[in-house]
Amino acid sequence: MKRRELFQTLTPGRHGPPTASPKGLSREEAEALSAHILEMSAADETLVSIGSGWRGNTRFAVNRITTAGTLDNVSATVTARFGRQSASATTNRLDDASLAEAVAGAAELARLAPEDPELMPLLGPQEYMPSEGYYDSTADLDAALRGEVAASAIRLAKDTGALKAAGFLQCSAGSSALANSSGLFAYEPATSLDYSLTVRTDDGTGSGWAARGARDWSTVDYEALNRTAVDKSTMSRDPRPLDPGTYTVVLEPAAVADLIGLLAGSLDARRADEGRSAFSAQGGGTRVGEQIIDPRITLRSDPQGLGSAPWAGDGMPLEPITWVEGGVLKNLYYTRFWAEKQGAQPTGFPGSLRMSGEENSLEDLIRGTRRGVLVTRLWYIRSIDPRTILYTGLTRDGNFLIEDGRIAHPVNNFRWNDSPLFALSKLEAMSRPVRVRTDREVPAVRVSEFTFSSVSEAV
Amino acid sequence: MERREFVKSTALAAGGVAIARPIVGRSLGSRLASPPEIDASAKELLLEALDAASAAGAQYADGKVGLYRNQRIGTREQQITNVDESSSLGLGVRALVNGSWGFAATPELTKEAAARAGREAAAIGKANAAVERSAVRLAPVESYGDVTWTSDYEIDPWDVPIGEKVDRMLEMNRIAMEADHVRFVSSSHHFVKVEKTIATTDGTVATQTLIRNNPGMSITAISDDRSDFQSRNWVTYPAARGYEYVLQEITPEKVEQWAAEAAQKLSAAGVEPGKHNLILHPTHLWLTIHESIGHPTELDRAEGYEANYAGTSFLAPPSKVLNQFRYGPDFMQLEAERTAPGGLASVGWDAEGVKADEWMMIKDGIFVDYQTTREQVDWISEYTGVKHSHGCAHSDSWSSIPFQRMPNMNLLPGEEDLSVDDVIAATDDGLYMEGRSSYSIDQQRYNFQFSGQVVWEVKGGRKTRMLRDVAYQATTEDFWNSMDMIGGPSTYMTYGSFYDGKGQPGQSNPVSHGCPVARFNQINVLNTGRSG
Repeated sequence: MKRRELFQTLTPGRHGPPTASPKGLSREEAEALSAHILEMSAADETLVSIGSGWRGNTRFAVNRITTAGTLDNVSATVTARFGRQSASATTNRLDDASLAEAVAGAAELARLAPEDPELMPLLGPQEYMPSEGYYDSTADLDAALRGEVAASAIRLAKDTGALKAAGFLQCSAGSSALANSSGLFAYEPATSLDYSLTVRTDDGTGSGWAARGARDWSTVDYEALNRTAVDKSTMSRDPRPLDPGTYTVVLEPAAVADLIGLLAGSLDARRADEGRSAFSAQGGGTRVGEQIIDPRITLRSDPQGLGSAPWAGDGMPLEPITWVEGGVLKNLYYTRFWAEKQGAQPTGFPGSLRMSGEENSLEDLIRGTRRGVLVTRLWYIRSIDPRTILYTGLTRDGNFLIEDGRIAHPVNNFRWNDSPLFALSKLEAMSRPVRVRTDREVPAVRVSEFTFSSVSEAV
Repeated sequence: MERREFVKSTALAAGGVAIARPIVGRSLGSRLASPPEIDASAKELLLEALDAASAAGAQYADGKVGLYRNQRIGTREQQITNVDESSSLGLGVRALVNGSWGFAATPELTKEAAARAGREAAAIGKANAAVERSAVRLAPVESYGDVTWTSDYEIDPWDVPIGEKVDRMLEMNRIAMEADHVRFVSSSHHFVKVEKTIATTDGTVATQTLIRNNPGMSITAISDDRSDFQSRNWVTYPAARGYEYVLQEITPEKVEQWAAEAAQKLSAAGVEPGKHNLILHPTHLWLTIHESIGHPTELDRAEGYEANYAGTSFLAPPSKVLNQFRYGPDFMQLEAERTAPGGLASVGWDAEGVKADEWMMIKDGIFVDYQTTREQVDWISEYTGVKHSHGCAHSDSWSSIPFQRMPNMNLLPGEEDLSVDDVIAATDDGLYMEGRSSYSIDQQRYNFQFSGQVVWEVKGGRKTRMLRDVAYQATTEDFWNSMDMIGGPSTYMTYGSFYDGKGQPGQSNPVSHGCPVARFNQINVLNTGRSG
C-alpha cells in the first residue's frame, strides 16, 4: 500500500456513523507502515512504535454538559541505533515526507548521542498472550450516547434535589503496533474508557463520588455508579467535626487501589540494589524474602486479565508475576539490562495490579468496626520519604464515622500521613476484590491504625 | 512543504486580511504551493473551519493550527539514558452553538478536513445544547486582525547540537559525583517549541512562537552503611527561555553546592516538631503561591466546573469573597499577568484572541479579582467592575479544548529592600527553607502540607545547622495572614511549573510565579522522619 492511500484509510468513518471495522490502523496497515519505515531507515537497527485511533469525551458540571470533543490521531515513533548510540523521533503525520523527516531525525540524533552502555540488543520475534482487547460497545460511544450518560447523572441529581452533578466520560478505540529490524512485530487493538461522577450538595457541605474504568462499556453499570455518588453526597451533608489522630479505618477499594499503587511503584530492583529504596537491605542486597505486610495479602500483576498492553516498550512479552505473596516480598521489577547484570529474570513494570481479599462485603467490614472512619477515596497523594514509602494526602468525597458497626454520621475530611507498609501491616479484614479501574482489582480493607495528621475543612 | 516552513508561512499568508463575521463565502485560494497532504496555509485552514462551523449554526468559533515540538534528553552519572524528539501538528476547532460548546480536532491539514472539523464541532455543540440549554455569554473583545508574537529567548535550543548539550550535562554530573557520599546523579533537559496560529470569528488571527525550557538534576548521597539515603532535587525550575537559561542556571559552582547539600542531609538533625517561624526563599515560596493562591482563584473552580477532578475552591461564592476576603496583611500585593518576559504563561494573545493582560488579584491584603476567560467575565463583573476577559484561555495542544488556565501570578516585593540576610538577621528563632519538595493541598485549596529541599535552623539572627525531615502544615488563610515580613525587590525571583495539571481530559499548563523572600509567624511543623 502506498503511504498516501494508507493515510487515507484513517479517514473514512471518522466523521460519519460508526463503522463495523475497528478504529485505528488495522494489523495489515500497521504491518505495511512499519515495514515501510524500517525500509526507509539506514540505521544499524531500527524500532518503530505506532499508536492510532479515536478518542471521545464528554464533560459535565453544575448539572450541564460543559465540553465535549472528539479526536482521531496517529503517532509513529522511530528509534534509530548505530552500535550503542540510540535516539527517537516521533511524528503524527504519515505522509512520506514527514516519515522521512522522522527517520532522518532519529538517525541524526542517534549519531550525535553518546554511546549508551546499557543498551540491550533488539528482541527478535516474540509470542504474546492475548489481552483484553477491543470492544465495539466502547468504540461506539459517540457524542449522543455520551450525552445520554451525562444526562442520566444530571437527571438523578436534580430529581433527588439540591444536588449538583459534575462528571466525565472518556473513551478511546484504536491500535498499538511495534516492529523492529530484528523481525519483531506486535499488534494490539484495544478500547478503554473511564467514567467518573462527583455530586455535591447545593449548600457545599457534602460531596459524593463514584468512578470506574474498563475496556468494555457493557460491563459498566453507570446508573449504579450515579446512584452511589448521589447517595454518598446526600449522606455526607453537614459533616460533624472529628479530631485528627490515629484511627481504625475502613478504606474503600478506590483508596486501596491508590495505596497499593504506592507500594508497587517502589518495587524497582535497581534502586533497591543501589541502596536507595524502602526495599534496600542495610549492608547490601534487597529485602526480597522478608515479610513486609500482613500475611493474608498477595499482590500480583496480571497484564492479560487487567487490560494493560501485552508487551513492554521494547516488545518484551509481559507475563503474570507475583510481587508479594503471603505478605512476603517475592519479586522486584527488573529491566532487561538490570536483570542481565544481576542474573535475574526481566519483568514488566507492575502496572496492572490484583490484590487478594477475603470473603467479606464492604458492609461486613463496617459491621465489624467498633469505632472507626469509613474513607471513600484519597486525594493529592505526594511522597514524603521514599525510605519508608511515607506519603501524605487527603480524604475526599465521603468520610464517615463508624460506631458499633454502623455508619453514625458524616465527618470532616482529614490530611493523612502514612505508608502502605505501615497500614497494610495493621490489617484487620478485607472484602472481596473488585475492579475499580481498568488496571486495578483490589478489596476494601480495615486497618487498625491509620494516621490522620490534621483536619481538612475542604468538601 | 516542510512542516516548519508551513507554519512559518502562516504569517506571510495572513496578508493583512482581517476577518469579519460572518466569514462564510470568503474566497481565499491557496497562496502557497502545497503537497496534497497540506493544501493551504494555517490561516486558510482555520478560516475554512470557522466558516464551516458558522454555516452549521455556530454563533462563535475559534480554532488553532499548531506544531508542537518536544526534545528530551536524559543522563545518569556518566551515561546517556534517552534522546527523544517529538512533533505533533494538527488543527482543532471549538464552536459555540445555542450556548453550548463543541470541539473537534484533526491531524489532516486539508481544507476539506478543516471544514469537516468545523461542522463536527458545531454538531457536538448542538447535541449538547439539546441536553441542557446553557447560557454561555462571551465578553466582547477587540478585533486585532493579523498579529504575531514571539516569546523571549536568546538561543533556540534546537540550534544547539545534541552532543554539546549532553557533554555539558555529563560534565555537571561528574562534578556532582566528586562530592563525598554522592553515588548517583541524574540530569535532564526538556525543551518545547510551539508554533501556532489561532483564529476567531471575532476577527483575530494570531501567529505565535513560544520556546520553553525545563532543566533538571537530582543528586543522591548514600551513607556508608547503606542505612540512609538523601537526595537534592529540584535544583532549578523551568522558564520560557532558550538554551541560555541552562548555561545560567546550572553552573559548576552551583552543582558543587547542591552535591554538598545532598551529602550534608545525611548527617542533618531531625527537626523538633511544633510551631516555628518560617523564612521561605523564592525557590520554595513560588510553589506555595501557586498552590494556595493560584488554584483557588481560578473562577471555574470557584463555580464548580472542576468539581469532578481538581476540585472546587474555598474562595467562593464570588459575591461573598470579592473585595471582602482578607488573604493576608496590608503589605500583601499580588498581581497576575501574561506579559513578563520569560514567564511560562506569557503570550501575545490567548486561545480566544484576547490580548495578554496585567491585573491585581490581591490588593493591600484583600482579594479583588479572579482569573477569567471570555465566558466567565459576566459571572463576576457586577462585583469587580471588569468588563473584559483577563485572557486566561489556553489549550495545551491543537487537539485539546481551550479552558481557563493560570496566568503568571506574582507576590510583589516590599517597598523596603530587605535582603534574605536582613530577614534572617531579624529572626531570633526560626527555620529557613530553600527549594520545593513534597506538596499536597486539598481539593478546595485550604489545608496544605509542604516541604523544602534544604532547611536551616535560625538562632539569634543567624543560620546555624542544617535540619531535615521538615514539613509544614497550615490552612491557606492562617498561613498568609501570618506573613509578618517580606523581602525587597533585590530578593525577587521568578520560578515556575512546566506541567501544571487541570481538566478532563487532563491538560498541562506552564506557569511562572515571581516572589521575594518572606517570613511567616508560628507555623505548625512536622517531623516526617517516622520509621514505622
